[in-house]
Amino acid sequence: MIGVSGLSVSYGAVQALRDVSFSAAPGKITTVLGANGAGKTTLLRTISGLVRPRAGEVTLEGDRITGTHAEDIVRRGVGHVPEGRGVIAEFTVEENLRLGSLIVRRSRAERQAAFERLYGQFPVLGERRRQSAGTLSGGERQMLAMARALVAEPRVLLLDEPSLGLAPLVTAELMSTISQLCATTGLTVILVEQNAKSALRIADQAVVLYIGRVVADDRAEVVAADERLRQYYLGLVE
Amino acid sequence: MDAFLTSRPVADILGGLTNGVIYSLVALSLVLIWRSTRILNFAQGAMAMLAAYVGFAILAPTTNYWISMGVAVVAGIVLGGLTERTIVRALYGKPEINPVVAMVGFLLVLESVAAAIWSTVSRSLPTPFSIVDWQLRGRPVAMSPFALYEVVTAVVVMVVIAVVFQFTRVGLQLRAAALNPEVSRLLGVRVHRMLTVGWMLASGVGAITAVLVASNYFTGLTPTTMDGVFAFGFIAAAIGGLDSPVGALVSGVALGIAFQFVGDYLNSNAIILVALGLLIVSLMVRPNGVFTRRAQRRV
Repeated sequence: MIGVSGLSVSYGAVQALRDVSFSAAPGKITTVLGANGAGKTTLLRTISGLVRPRAGEVTLEGDRITGTHAEDIVRRGVGHVPEGRGVIAEFTVEENLRLGSLIVRRSRAERQAAFERLYGQFPVLGERRRQSAGTLSGGERQMLAMARALVAEPRVLLLDEPSLGLAPLVTAELMSTISQLCATTGLTVILVEQNAKSALRIADQAVVLYIGRVVADDRAEVVAADERLRQYYLGLVE
Repeated sequence: MDAFLTSRPVADILGGLTNGVIYSLVALSLVLIWRSTRILNFAQGAMAMLAAYVGFAILAPTTNYWISMGVAVVAGIVLGGLTERTIVRALYGKPEINPVVAMVGFLLVLESVAAAIWSTVSRSLPTPFSIVDWQLRGRPVAMSPFALYEVVTAVVVMVVIAVVFQFTRVGLQLRAAALNPEVSRLLGVRVHRMLTVGWMLASGVGAITAVLVASNYFTGLTPTTMDGVFAFGFIAAAIGGLDSPVGALVSGVALGIAFQFVGDYLNSNAIILVALGLLIVSLMVRPNGVFTRRAQRRV
């Protein structure tokens, strides 16, 4: 459970987030929608500790995590798959996973077992475990980025535009993976998307940002059915 | 066979190899720091020199070579860590000229401090092995027990560094922090700590290099012992590619051997000219270094 309240972030004179509040429940997908520059990425970066807010706070299961360093927030169970995936191209697939697994104390055998479970879930990664991550396709890189976050067994997963640059079919597959994950593990997912249509299809809750402000926060089907939101903020015009 | 081993070209290759591994070690230290912090450590040689003084001037003549070597390495590691935490940390994200000026300034400070404490009079270090070349039927082979020790030590250092980087937890984090600091933080890597560790490793390598240099060269240990070696190591790193540890090692040895041939067949005064010529040509042809992949990283 992630709580965001009164969050304001500025980059110099530019205010990226203004008084943003919402909460994300465990076992549910909360999608954050909005146009370019709405503040979606800034929101995730603030939750994971890369950006310090000017005001407001973020809580994880009731405990304040604002002001904690990013490298400690991930240790408390918040995994962040950043914009552009952040796969380390020079590393092999397995080295990327090893990097994700650093913060969990495990024996070598336990670690390998955790990798094998992920390879079961993402078979293409298993086939390419010794290959450099730079040789993977966009969809495969996204799988690797997610697997690398999951190997640390997070309670909260922040996904920043996972569908960016993916073919529609791959996007659909990815969304169903996210949806399954959430349902089976009780993970709290915050999914930032520009692709509002596919995100709303799997999300439980939707938050719409417009130039740093929350303009809607409701059940996904309500947001999806709201003509005004669809037209003005989500660009979903039939 | 004997005639071959004692021949002039083989002598040049062996002599060049002995010098070359030293350039390789200097270049390796530079590459380790460049890859993680994008700073050219012009004070590398001076830091190494100071570490060698701590090991050999303070503890001399009471202790043996190996204890002094150990103390020098520890001093180098500590000095590297302190330097990163104090001087270098203030330079991150600053214009490129700032670190250059700061590190050259630090070089001068270190050399002055060493001169003030220990004077500029050369100090000869004990050697653990004979520096007299082996003989084959009365003719010298260009390799002494000490030279062999130098080469073996350099190889061991390189292997240890490679193993640390490739196969350990710390190595994985060091590489990740250098390649993508932000993503590394998101995965729990303490990036600042890794930068410190990188400087410590590089300075430890530097200290070993300085001890090898000071105990072999005719100059012994002086505050400026490392200047010439640093210049050639720097050229090796620039030619091999500042991002490539393998490039540093290969071009260090190649330079050492090339210089030996130049000194032997042409004139030893021509060595610096050739070194600079090679540097200019390589920067013109492959500015990122011979061993750096052309499509540049940065994810």
